[in-house]
Amino acid sequence: MTHKIRIRIPTPLRKLTNNEEVVEATAATVGDAINDLQSRYPGIKERLLDEAGAVRRFVNVYVNEEDIRFLQNQQTPLKQGDEISIIPAIAGG
Amino acid sequence: MKALKCRECGREYPLAATHVCEFDFGPLEVLYDYAQIKKSMTHQAIESRPRSMWRYRELLPVAEAPTVGTQVGFTPLVKADRLAKALGIRELWIKLDAVNYPTLSFKDRVVSVALSRARELGFTTVACASTGNLANSVAANAAAAGLKAYVFIPADLEQGKIVNSLIYGAQVIAIKGHYDEVNRLCAEIAGKYGWAFVNVNMRPYYAEGSKSMGFEIAEQLGWRIPQHTVIPMASGSLLTKIHKAYQEIAKLGLVPESPWHIHGAQATGCNPISSAQKAGLDFFKPVKPNTIAKSLAIGTPADGFYALKVMKETQGAAEDVSDDEIRDAIKLLAECEGIFAETAGGVTVGVAKKLIATGKIPAKDSAVLCITGNGLKTLDAVTGHCGQPREIKPSLREFETLLAAESRALVTA
Repeated sequence: MTHKIRIRIPTPLRKLTNNEEVVEATAATVGDAINDLQSRYPGIKERLLDEAGAVRRFVNVYVNEEDIRFLQNQQTPLKQGDEISIIPAIAGG
Repeated sequence: MKALKCRECGREYPLAATHVCEFDFGPLEVLYDYAQIKKSMTHQAIESRPRSMWRYRELLPVAEAPTVGTQVGFTPLVKADRLAKALGIRELWIKLDAVNYPTLSFKDRVVSVALSRARELGFTTVACASTGNLANSVAANAAAAGLKAYVFIPADLEQGKIVNSLIYGAQVIAIKGHYDEVNRLCAEIAGKYGWAFVNVNMRPYYAEGSKSMGFEIAEQLGWRIPQHTVIPMASGSLLTKIHKAYQEIAKLGLVPESPWHIHGAQATGCNPISSAQKAGLDFFKPVKPNTIAKSLAIGTPADGFYALKVMKETQGAAEDVSDDEIRDAIKLLAECEGIFAETAGGVTVGVAKKLIATGKIPAKDSAVLCITGNGLKTLDAVTGHCGQPREIKPSLREFETLLAAESRALVTA
């Protein structure tokens, strides 16, 4: 079952989203949400996922502040009103 | 400085306040013109300059003379004979950033570069995501430079590190969460506000400041690279930059070519990099930190991948130590050398002890341990673990009774 969710877009990807900082998507899982993004903003998927379909090494994805690697990665289920954040991994320390 | 360049795909970017590649999110690094640098950077030229990290300024990413933190660095390299004996190694040195100026940690190096560069780029507000030491350094150096500072820290930091940021008048924002959450929030704030976040959008410049620790070690050893360097890992950035420093001075002919080994130290309560290294992996799994070494408590280390690569390439090792081992190592360093390090220093000494005991650092070799912060800032971690003063009246009789009781205790022991 799909739900309406929000996705926060990091600065390096906003050229692809017409400078939108937050976009809405309809999806059942994080993986679905990425596919939904791709259908409306072509090219965004290859920025986020590598050739094997895994989240790129330098991209961190969070659902409501939790890193999806502590959840079920791209299979993480979503519910109505969830917020996904895409954040460059290279920061801090 | 020539440009910024993506470490992954090699795309080049202008020298602005930007830190990741738009195409693959890879980290951007500063590119230098080494042929040009080789002309001016000789032993004689360096040795004629003031004793600060800026004596290596050709290899630090500022366009003009630095304006913030001009007196940072050139901390002591201490020959640690008593600790060498205790750990069972032929020769041991301590690179002592616990007495770095002005805020008693290696972070003054990176902040000096980041704020000097931020000023060149026209920023008036600076910020950081910090486990404590960085917040202290940004707060102090920004105050001295007349810049406005916002520092973001996990709410549960040691009292000493909180006060050491507040005193300079910085805006201290305590986040209810661990460092990785602070960092995520700061990445979002940095995207929204036009501030110089030293370890987000200024990170390519900031991180280069750590190289100065490596340059100093080599110069203080009489222009040679040590066989073994043991370095604490939080994000892993310091470790990768000390390695880069050694590579650069070798490339410039300032030191003889000789192999070196870079070893990484973590706390067992936050060991994403050391556990990956020990398992022979070239990637890490994030963890939720739980350790007294709060300055190293980064569960999602930005440079973890590159730190693993450096240890592999230099045939170095990684290890981690428990909270009790950290406290014991802080005491060992203090009792052997008269040096009071913060918890990260306990991690480094504790890990060095393990690496020497297991032969990963051979007893016949020479090693440098990087002590990055001062014990006075993390008193909470050792309070109650290093004894109590014995209280007596101002009476000679009471003192002699105490001494007599002590010598009886020694005899029976």
